[in-house]
Amino acid sequence: MPKASTAGDVTLSVTGVSKYFGGVRAVDDVSVDIPKGDIFAIIGPNGAGKTSLVNMISGFYTPNTGSIVFQGEDITERRPNERAERGIARTFQNIALFAGMNVLENLMLGRHVHMKTNLLKSCLYWGPNQKEEVRHRARCEEIIDFLKLNDLRKQSTGALAYGFQKRVELGRALALEPTLLLLDEPMAGMNAEEKEDMARYILDVNEQLGTTIILIEHDMGVVMDISTHIAVLDQGMKIAEGTPAEVQADPAVIKAYLGTTH
Amino acid sequence: MFHRESGYYKTSYASDSALYPLPVAKWAVAGFAVLFFVVAPLLVSSYYLTILNLVGIAVVGALGLNILVGLTGQISIGHAAFMSVGAYTAANLATRFDLPFWITLPSGGLMAAAIGIVVGFPSVRIKGLYLAISTLAAQFIIDWFIVHTPAISGGFQASIQVPRPSIFGVVLDTQRELYLFILVTVVIAIVVALNIARSRVGRAFIAIRDQDIAAEILGINVRRYKLMAFAISSFYAGVAGVLYTYYSGVANNEFFPLVVSIDYLAMVIIGGMGSVLGAIFGATFVTLLPITIDLIMSSLGPYLIADAGSLSGIKSHMRLILFGGLIMFFLVVEPEGLNRLWLNIRSYFRVWPFSY
Ligand SMILES: Nc1ncnc2c1ncn2[C@@H]1O[C@H](COP(=O)(O)OP(=O)(O)OP(=O)(O)O)[C@@H](O)[C@H]1O
Ligand SMILES: [Mg+2]
Repeated sequence: MPKASTAGDVTLSVTGVSKYFGGVRAVDDVSVDIPKGDIFAIIGPNGAGKTSLVNMISGFYTPNTGSIVFQGEDITERRPNERAERGIARTFQNIALFAGMNVLENLMLGRHVHMKTNLLKSCLYWGPNQKEEVRHRARCEEIIDFLKLNDLRKQSTGALAYGFQKRVELGRALALEPTLLLLDEPMAGMNAEEKEDMARYILDVNEQLGTTIILIEHDMGVVMDISTHIAVLDQGMKIAEGTPAEVQADPAVIKAYLGTTH
Repeated sequence: MFHRESGYYKTSYASDSALYPLPVAKWAVAGFAVLFFVVAPLLVSSYYLTILNLVGIAVVGALGLNILVGLTGQISIGHAAFMSVGAYTAANLATRFDLPFWITLPSGGLMAAAIGIVVGFPSVRIKGLYLAISTLAAQFIIDWFIVHTPAISGGFQASIQVPRPSIFGVVLDTQRELYLFILVTVVIAIVVALNIARSRVGRAFIAIRDQDIAAEILGINVRRYKLMAFAISSFYAGVAGVLYTYYSGVANNEFFPLVVSIDYLAMVIIGGMGSVLGAIFGATFVTLLPITIDLIMSSLGPYLIADAGSLSGIKSHMRLILFGGLIMFFLVVEPEGLNRLWLNIRSYFRVWPFSY
């Protein structure tokens, strides 16, 4: 099912990055190359440093060491909004929707970088701005159709069920039309059916739009099923990397997951 | 505006974001236009037009602060200082260079906006109470600077006489004429505020207020938008300051003390944060409240309290107590302010006579 990536075509290149919090080495000298078009899973026990790594990729943490290169450009010093402009979108482990806004408004915010209306034009709101508004609204409607959120369009996201909130957050990230999509535990807390839906959406996005995806997920069944490559983190360090089959057979991984030593 | 939605379906995305989504609302707006542009100036007495002028000026100031506080979630306790900046900018341009209002008015706004950006800089790093205190400091620093710079404040008592504005050679020297001048400015201010709120920029403001981390991840330049909110808010304050200067015929820093900044915060809170209609309600309410108290106390007071001195003392305290009480009430009980009360009334009538 997963597509094989074109060798040598790297979307994101993480080299020797570390993040320290006081004495804690949340991420310790990690290097990974994410091939274009991959569904690249990052797995590891709780506190392994997965979210910290994604936070460095999306710009929330500045690494203590190392560099991050996205599509040939060093973005280590770029702010999160600048990375969004370059095509990196993400969702959060703890959901960060605009709870007071409805689904559509959340998605429209995802269109921010693609819209051009500046302050002066906003004040006047004449023809071209209205056309732009309508055009982007139509794009959001496509996403709403794709994620089957039609009935919830005008509902306030704060009141939605957890699984739907996760879905809307995915939709908002998709509205950015990202080249690289970072998903931090998109299926956490979902039932089997919801997980299946979410897995389907992730695969569809990857296959239909060619979006490169970095996926953090604890459900090994899903990870082994949909990812092209997997990197395993433990205590901030990368202990293994490869295809699902390779990683499953790796003794270091088995050890980390069973927690036999340390 | 007691309109009903039944039988009217939106058929395009554009109509979904139209300023007046329902045709009935257009009629209501037209009705208000006739009322304020034709009926009021013809029938209302000059004294009440003076009050309407004060309300109009307050509406402009409150619309601005609402963009900063209500939409963007920042805070400023220095709004009055920006009015002062606008007032003195216009006064100097009008007296030294003999410039007409259509230059002084936007210039006052732009000068206030420029200083607003400087004052807003701390918002890039600090939030909440710390930001409140830094804007409070700005209130005093700006005021002090203006008063102690004779080149700006005109020296003696920091007071500059300003000639009334004129249009096509007609000098607007009565409150009736000034009323139309202020009204036109108010209408423009309202339309622009509504446009900002429904467009890309307004959405970004609200995003920053609700979740600045998520806003940033969506590509919103949070720092720039915060400064933009300070600039817009201060621009409105500056324009309100210019209007006040033309209204009173003098630019004077004593019109813009700290209490006025707090009045504006009260307008935004009482009216309903983040809503244009709320800012209009709040500005009207806060402007009319002391005048109403004054009226009531002046007519009833002498029967209750014989001593004229203590009566005026009670009057001024009454205003503060009522204000404090109302701000607490709206912060705790009804954060959406008068606007929410209005919406409740409207939705009641929307389904009337059915109770659910
Ligand atoms: N902002 C922070 N300040 C201090 N310590 C942090 C911070 N963020 C992460 N850490 C620490 O870094 C380590 C790695 O945390 P991280 O959230 O990256 O793990 P994770 O792999 O995402 O775990 P989980 O599966 O529970 O989400 C943990 O020990 C955590 O306590
Ligand atoms: Mg995590």
